[in-house]
Amino acid sequence: MSGPTASPWRDARRRLLRDRPARISLLVLGLIGATSLAAPLLPLPSPVALDLALEPSAPVAPWAEFGRGGWSPEAYWKLSPPDQALLGLREAIFGDWQTSNWLGTDARGRDLLSRIVWGSRTSIQVALAATLCSLLFGVTYGAFSGLVGGRTDNLMMRAVDVLYSVPVIFLVIFLISALGEYRTRLAAHGIGHMTVFYLVIGGVYWLTMARVVRGQVLVLRETDFIQAARALGASRVRILIRHLLPNVLPVVVVYLTLTIPSVMLFEAFLSFLGLGVEAPMVSWGTLAVDGVEGINPIRPFWWLALWPSLAMGTTLLALGILGDGLRDALDPRMAPLLGGKHR
Amino acid sequence: MARFLLRRLAWFAITLWVVMSLSFALMRAVPGGPFDGERRLSAAIERNVAQRYHLDWPLWRQYLQYTGPLNLDEGRAGFLGGNGTRRFGGLLTGDLGPSFKHRDYTVNQIIAESLPISMALGIAAMAWALALGLGAGVLSAVRRGGKIDVGVRLIATLGIAVPNFVVASLLILVFSFGAGLLPVAGWGSARHLVLPALALGAPFAAHIARLARTGMLEVLSQDHIRTARAKGLPERIVVLRHALRGGVLPVVSYLGPAAAGILTGSLVIERIFAIPGTGTHFVNSALGRDYTLAMGVTLLYTALVYTLNTAVDVIYRLLDPRIELGGEGR
Repeated sequence: MSGPTASPWRDARRRLLRDRPARISLLVLGLIGATSLAAPLLPLPSPVALDLALEPSAPVAPWAEFGRGGWSPEAYWKLSPPDQALLGLREAIFGDWQTSNWLGTDARGRDLLSRIVWGSRTSIQVALAATLCSLLFGVTYGAFSGLVGGRTDNLMMRAVDVLYSVPVIFLVIFLISALGEYRTRLAAHGIGHMTVFYLVIGGVYWLTMARVVRGQVLVLRETDFIQAARALGASRVRILIRHLLPNVLPVVVVYLTLTIPSVMLFEAFLSFLGLGVEAPMVSWGTLAVDGVEGINPIRPFWWLALWPSLAMGTTLLALGILGDGLRDALDPRMAPLLGGKHR
Repeated sequence: MARFLLRRLAWFAITLWVVMSLSFALMRAVPGGPFDGERRLSAAIERNVAQRYHLDWPLWRQYLQYTGPLNLDEGRAGFLGGNGTRRFGGLLTGDLGPSFKHRDYTVNQIIAESLPISMALGIAAMAWALALGLGAGVLSAVRRGGKIDVGVRLIATLGIAVPNFVVASLLILVFSFGAGLLPVAGWGSARHLVLPALALGAPFAAHIARLARTGMLEVLSQDHIRTARAKGLPERIVVLRHALRGGVLPVVSYLGPAAAGILTGSLVIERIFAIPGTGTHFVNSALGRDYTLAMGVTLLYTALVYTLNTAVDVIYRLLDPRIELGGEGR
């Protein structure tokens, strides 16, 4: 029987934690995730409370003015019950005290730090949900194709090839603008704008996942332990779930760390074209777009462009480094497949 | 090779057909047509307009009209926006039809006008991305573990992580508003090309640098490189003549996706820098339901991406004789 140290996942975790850059990235990502989850609890100004001024106000350093009163729990959109509870807790702890505009405000006087923190929720949510969609499509499609093999496999992969040549972005723009028209009818069925968003983005990113998984399944199918399972009379479904999927997992995990950043960038890209999340929701994409618009020759509002870019850049950088680390940690043999860094 | 190209041609036709049908269906599935403006037109005018562009036809007939060289016109005036002297020949004759929004222009004319602009931008971006990416990647692999290597890897990871419109705005801040060296936006001279090309190419330069580094590291650890070194060749020759050819293979296979990415990226970059390229037209047409223009650009880009991918496969084969050009896989 295998002892605790013999588990490949445990080995991988040990290798990952020995890798210092990966460890730091993990810490950074954990911090970002925690901040984003705890957003309603933090004594930040409301991300949507207007404070109408003529132009964005510059950052106020925390040591110049730390905080002020005047916060009100009314100035939010409709929050989910847990968020509402957190907001109540915050009111109990901090009262109407809120931080000053440490990172400045945007053109409508809304606090930038708060918008970045709340925006991280949307961005992370979109990234995770869309990646999950792509995971479900891709793994199902790829595993099925690889397992069935033969003519079906051939046909299914040809279909992927055809879809690969489609300039997907064009179809996505069609699709999102098209579904936008049906918004009210979809909403009646409980399908919100965000759900559409996840599905569409997930629909873009499953192709590579399907290919990677199918390739792995093809290789694994011929290995001795699968043959043995088959000889013992295990059903196809059992082989798939019990034997194939756990062995495909490392590749999938590594590919996920590549997908999440590109989904985040894609969300920013769609926001830029005006197809992203809608007010009052904020995301890093819409903030970055505000930043680009804030750049003008008379008085460049640099903070509008700098802070959101920095937040997004840090997250994506950490994800990239973590991905490299995971790739090396999970399976040294996999490195050639996905372009590892240690040779 | 001939068989490979023939098979690719067949798949090309299938791909174009799929894309065409898909985008046709998507565009028409949306309520709201190209002529829904701020002001409501009177019913009579609306009917007239619909009739002129055949929007009153059943969808299958519009579809055939679009693909076709069939004449479904029943002796009516030509389909072409304008004076109706020319007949709309359909996709199979290479005619993409009249634009619904730009009166008196055909889609072919709009593409002919804007494509050279987008191509110039794309080629400039690709050229600098390749030059910088390859240079940095190879240097970083040769100096593995050194300061240059660490720097290149950090900048490359950062370059991948920052959206291109952020790069664009930073470039504008520094070079246009800060130093006043280059124009903020517009099109017309070589100086207008510099900033958009830099912004558009930046993420791809970063990707290429990473791929080149990985590829070079792999090749540099192989036996034939040890042999080359052992027989006393200078390191420069070893790297440039013996390692580079194998080391750039990952970069070559990335060129297809990169070209597609540059086409996509130019949607944004053209918008920021107010460049009248194909990307700008596409975004406006897709959002404004200019059916024919949006489909025309989609088909054009599909064709471009497909052709480039095939070209990349051929180049790959030339660089690495071990690769067989058998299947469809890229």
